[in-house]
Amino acid sequence: MNNYTDILFEISRSGRTAYSLPKRDVPTISLEEKFSKVHLREEAAKLPEISELQLMRHYTALSNKNFGIENGFYPLGSCTMKYNPKINEDVARYRGFTNIHPLQTTRTLQGALRLMYELQEDLKVVSGMDAISLQPAAGAQGEWAGLMIIKAYHEKNEDLKTRRKILVPDSAHGTNPASAVIAGFDVVEIPSNEDGTVDLAALKQAVGEDTAGLMLTNPNTLGIFEKDILEMADIIHGVGGLLYYDGANLNAIMGITTPGAMGFDIVHLNLHKSFSTPHGGGGPGSGPVGVKAYLEPYLPIPRIEKTGNGFELNSNYPLSIGRVKGYFGNFGVNVRAYTYIRTMGARGLRKASESAVLHANYLRKRLEPYYDSPYKQVSKHEFVLSGNRQKKLGVRTVDIAKRLLDFGYYAPTIYFPLIVEECLMIEPTETESKETLDEFADAMIQIAKEVEDTPELVTGAPHHTSVKRLDEVTAARKPIVRFE
Amino acid sequence: MTNNKNNLYFTKDHEWVLVFESNVARVGITKYATEQLGDIVFVEVPELDSDVTIEEEMATVESVKSASEIFAPITGTITKVNDELEDSPELVNESPYESGWLAEIQFENEEELAQLMNQEAYENYVKELKEEEGQ
Amino acid sequence: MTNEFRYLPDTEQDIAEMMKTLEIDSIEELFQDIPEPIRLKEEFTLPDALSETALTTHMRQLATENVNTDDASIFLGAGTYDHYIPSVVDHVISRSEFYTAYTPYQPEVSQGELQAIFEFQTMITELTGMEAANSSLYDGFTSLGEAASLAVTTTKRSKIAVSKGIHPQGREILKAISTGREFELVELSLTADITDLSHLKETIDEHTAAVVVQYPNFLGSVEDLKAIKEITAAQKALLIVMANPLALGLLEAPGKLGADIVVGDMQPLGLSMSAGGPHCGYFTVNKKHMRKIPGRIIGQTTDKEGKRGFVMTLQTREQHIRREKATSNMSSNQALNALASAVCMAALGKEGIQEIARLNVDKADYLANQLKNKGVPIYNQAPFFNEFVVRLNRPVSEINTSLLDKGIIGGYDLEPEYGIKNAMLLCVTDQRTKEEIDNLVSALEEFIHE
Repeated sequence: MNNYTDILFEISRSGRTAYSLPKRDVPTISLEEKFSKVHLREEAAKLPEISELQLMRHYTALSNKNFGIENGFYPLGSCTMKYNPKINEDVARYRGFTNIHPLQTTRTLQGALRLMYELQEDLKVVSGMDAISLQPAAGAQGEWAGLMIIKAYHEKNEDLKTRRKILVPDSAHGTNPASAVIAGFDVVEIPSNEDGTVDLAALKQAVGEDTAGLMLTNPNTLGIFEKDILEMADIIHGVGGLLYYDGANLNAIMGITTPGAMGFDIVHLNLHKSFSTPHGGGGPGSGPVGVKAYLEPYLPIPRIEKTGNGFELNSNYPLSIGRVKGYFGNFGVNVRAYTYIRTMGARGLRKASESAVLHANYLRKRLEPYYDSPYKQVSKHEFVLSGNRQKKLGVRTVDIAKRLLDFGYYAPTIYFPLIVEECLMIEPTETESKETLDEFADAMIQIAKEVEDTPELVTGAPHHTSVKRLDEVTAARKPIVRFE
Repeated sequence: MTNNKNNLYFTKDHEWVLVFESNVARVGITKYATEQLGDIVFVEVPELDSDVTIEEEMATVESVKSASEIFAPITGTITKVNDELEDSPELVNESPYESGWLAEIQFENEEELAQLMNQEAYENYVKELKEEEGQ
Repeated sequence: MTNEFRYLPDTEQDIAEMMKTLEIDSIEELFQDIPEPIRLKEEFTLPDALSETALTTHMRQLATENVNTDDASIFLGAGTYDHYIPSVVDHVISRSEFYTAYTPYQPEVSQGELQAIFEFQTMITELTGMEAANSSLYDGFTSLGEAASLAVTTTKRSKIAVSKGIHPQGREILKAISTGREFELVELSLTADITDLSHLKETIDEHTAAVVVQYPNFLGSVEDLKAIKEITAAQKALLIVMANPLALGLLEAPGKLGADIVVGDMQPLGLSMSAGGPHCGYFTVNKKHMRKIPGRIIGQTTDKEGKRGFVMTLQTREQHIRREKATSNMSSNQALNALASAVCMAALGKEGIQEIARLNVDKADYLANQLKNKGVPIYNQAPFFNEFVVRLNRPVSEINTSLLDKGIIGGYDLEPEYGIKNAMLLCVTDQRTKEEIDNLVSALEEFIHE
């Protein structure tokens, strides 16, 4: 199957179909009479013409060239590639969830509204916040919504003109500074110190009356808990700034602490990470935004509220940042997250985080003799290694990543965070068995040995995939982004 | 590249500046810069007739996974840009001093040139950098 | 003791062995770095964990509390539509190789998705008549916001002129985005049902970055893009068109009529309504703007043995490289929904996309005619696709309550947004039968005459 290389348009033959439309039961009108000539297509869109079996073979062949969680271990750091439960998929496909229109009257959407309301209640508990909006479609949109709340809050206090700076640690996800800019802020990068946490002295120096807020992931992208978080919160609040929590790494702390307890004012959560909804090859995700009570008036509208008469929508929040996403957000994704929380309960979520952290530390311990481990403190749900030792032997981190593909694993996140040279960022998650962790560790150890003995085996990898290393330079120099 | 060393200047950011007559300078990046950047996949050249200020962003040079700002080595107005780079950014790698040039600037303040390095000084500067890297 | 959590494989033995390797005596030790004052003293207060059986019972109950399209005939559109979805769509996206994968960072083991999205990009550019597409954004409204941002950045102008024919939620989102990016929005009024060209002419100037229209617009009418383009081009502003991709099976591609950016939502092609999400924004441009596109783009290349392959390309635009200088903050997209739409477009093919568009036109026309025959005034003056506006004799909310009792989900209430008294936006898709349409006509009879 891996030899299949056809593109849809290459197997297309005029006259084949793979659809079955309802029979026409109304008159056919004259298009020429109804529309003016300029409205009608001169040339039909050249969509492929294939039979239904051809279609299924095509996509089945493509799926065989794609690696998902059920194909094997997926230790992609900061992405929390945990198992995506099947029951979530079944439930999300109930016609009472898929075949409902977002603009139906609330009277006809009570089940959906109840589900969303209850999910908000659950996420309040898990995040330690007082109010949640499910509208943002993904983490980056949640960040943006959160930053817009910061903006609206300062505007209300009439000091937005001076508060233009969002502080972001140098280890932060790239979305943090990008979101801050599209919310209209200037970004100030705060350096990390040698132990991988925010440099408090640098933070103190950077804050002032121009500080709008600080964005932080905790544990951070190095998998290290920012233990000075309370002091950082004091520093930011002391100058009138707000604290924003990037929830990408929540999987380390569920049931153990909350962003609310740490002093954060605003959070977003990635339901496609900690709450098991599938990544879909890049999306859809869901990135609810949560706030402390005093920021509730700024949340996106409409809000879902419980009344004596069932669940209702309320848009009467004059301070709200408005609408950030169509309708209710990615409802179908939220159904899956709700199902997951109902499956796990409080104890299950805590056990998930405990196992995720245990796995990360165990795997790190097994790999430390073979790869540089730049930080010494205990890891949370993920950890970073550096391929510096291997680089001296002429093998780069990208080579190690590619070699892992030959062993039937996906690769860790590489070259991120930017502050670690030749970085490998590994997140095993709680849903992997110890055997899988051990087998992966054995593969990594074998690769470390190959780097010493047969480096060309590593630099030439992957050897067993459907394509070998791809020419990204030509792809970017002479982009071909559609079939010609 | 011309052998006349009197009209060739370099910046610490690895740009070269070749001064023609009547206060016009052609600007590009050095071979050392291209080695650092790797395969260049796209060059965003400055807009024609736009004004550029010394040490401020003038162009962007991109590799597959990085984007580097090029700072104007001298203040002035862009009088010509190398259009060929739009379709063939690889010219910067292949021929950084000739067909890989970026733009021409009409400048007024000749004194700015005094802050730049001559070829010998630049070569020593690069040699030092390479020694540091080697350590 | 048996493990009560089926997703967590650690046995007590496993945990003991791992703790031994780590030289710790309790899991608690792994959390010692979290300061004592912020550690939770009690378990989360959440509902009890449910067995699979109890869970499905509970979830079915919730699902039943909604009225879905099996329970009622739906004539509500307004941006989200009940169309035919070929059965193959769900089968393809249910393959775990697709739905459980992450963004294709390792192209050698992600060729399936990369190629499928490359094919998606090709098909959507075929429909829109543009040269390049990205791999998807959250929804059509997000695409619209990103298009406006692109226009502001590339033209270095500060004003976006937005037709009132744009979906009200699209305009709300544009407002939020403009507050963030700090550009100005001006509204273009409608004549009756399409963008007022003389108002457009008066409104735009040399500070206008782009003119934004919907095609067909929110009231269902087909805008005259060619005329709008002429006025827009005179001020060197960009033309942004938010288009229904299913309608483009019949309607002229906006690219052919001069659009600079064509965006929209793929929902009509293969995506269930799902209470409004997840849907899938598309974003198409001509080559000139290709390097400013937000989000992921898939490009074709070759591997080192010369074999055709696909990669994410032009990545220097993106946040993970450019950080604060990125063209947008997009990271996650709606890749699985783009795949679903690709499957739907492939299933329909060149003929099917025309045929389904036709069915929508004919069925909507049939309803309009039946109503007209009963004396209901049709508000639209320009030709409409599968939606149109009628004026009735009672407030729409009241009528919809009455319709629901007869098993009909009525149209969208236009009065609050557009100030047209008792105006209902009705939609007829390929899924509505003549019988259902006739039922609607009789159900509306009592709301026709003053």
